[in-house]
Amino acid sequence: MAVQPQTNQTTATGTEYIVRCKDVVKEYMMGTQIVRALNGVTLDIVRGEYLSIMGPSGSGKSTLFNMIGGLDKPTGGSVFINDVDMAQLDAQELAFLRCRTIGYIFQTFNLIPVMTALENVMLPMIFGGLSTDEAIDRGIELLKLVGLGERLHHKPSELSGGQQQRVAIARALANNPQIILADEPTGNLDLRTGKEIIELLRQLNKEQGVTIISATHDLKMVDVSDRIVWIRDGRIDRVEERAAVEVRVGDVEGTPG
Amino acid sequence: MKKDGRQVERLQLPFRVAFHISMQSVRIRFWRSVITAAGTVLGIAFLVSVLTAMMIQRNSGAITDPSERYRMTWLVIMSLLVCLVGITNAMLMSVTERYKEIGTMKCLGAYDIFIVELFFIESALVGLIASVIGWFLGVFAVVLLKLFGEGFKVFGWVSPGEVFLYLILSIVIGTLLSVIATIIPAQVAARMPAAAALRVEV
Repeated sequence: MAVQPQTNQTTATGTEYIVRCKDVVKEYMMGTQIVRALNGVTLDIVRGEYLSIMGPSGSGKSTLFNMIGGLDKPTGGSVFINDVDMAQLDAQELAFLRCRTIGYIFQTFNLIPVMTALENVMLPMIFGGLSTDEAIDRGIELLKLVGLGERLHHKPSELSGGQQQRVAIARALANNPQIILADEPTGNLDLRTGKEIIELLRQLNKEQGVTIISATHDLKMVDVSDRIVWIRDGRIDRVEERAAVEVRVGDVEGTPG
Repeated sequence: MKKDGRQVERLQLPFRVAFHISMQSVRIRFWRSVITAAGTVLGIAFLVSVLTAMMIQRNSGAITDPSERYRMTWLVIMSLLVCLVGITNAMLMSVTERYKEIGTMKCLGAYDIFIVELFFIESALVGLIASVIGWFLGVFAVVLLKLFGEGFKVFGWVSPGEVFLYLILSIVIGTLLSVIATIIPAQVAARMPAAAALRVEV
């Protein structure tokens, strides 16, 4: 299988943090009022972990998620991905990061409606400079991996919600990302299909070592997450670690550095 | 591109792929494309009908009023401008409808210029097809009208070479019109943030 494991880049501290948020503050202008969506969040995410960000709507969960995903820039503090400060990146470097380092999964699947399943999976690879033949081979391989080997040439409108989300997962994996960001991946799916998608994500996390960061309020996620970060009023309320998992995370808040 | 000694390789969207995406986009959103095309079809049809009518009049030996020529030129220019605004409006609506798709493409790594490229190819395609349809309608309408008035001798007054020239003129003007009308919508689309992909409509 050509899906290679991630290359390891050990940081100076010895523990591999793939994402580090330091005192992240985000303020929005709402009319004349300043609304503080994030009020100093410090969070280190370990390479290879399955992290869920939970919290009620309006808690700042989505805002934090957007910061980690390079979709929005903080007002104060910094976000580092692989020890690179996101604030230092220009538009092209951000695009490169989104193409190569991060894979996105959305609540509403977000497949490009005019393209087939295979073409959707191929698109990030084409952007990344792969030839069409290489992209086709890898696209088929990825769709088989998510269990859609029989539906390569179907349009999104011809697929069920669960199948569309599987295509989206295959697409997120296209360029061997180090991080998969999943925004409410089960939000538009029924209970059973949602469970299948969660299991698939967990399996990819274990087998391929890809770090999964998911914003959700689906409690089914709790069972599979290594850590759950609860956000409330723009701050980290508490961090829960799954008991069954060996403790490999030092500290969560107030990490020196 | 270099920065702090880091090398960032350029992402790419080959023309063949862009063309394929744009073509599929026109095909799948057929009725939206028809609305966008309508502006070009009507504008070109009017232009060609004026040209064809003038040609028939000239070849029939009737005396033409030179001031009529200026009046018609003015009318054609005005009609093309109105079409331009119409196409821009239809394309802007199309952009707002596609915010999620555009945001998603950006999440997958698309540069702003990729989005602009996709919209330009799409509008050029629509403009091209619309021009040919407009040309046909313009010629057809005038010849049919004159046929009722003058009978079959009309066909003797139609010079095929000139009608073919109108086709080329139509394609050039129509496609250009469509692409120019897309400049603003394409810019709006390109400025769409990647985070638009996460928006959930209420």
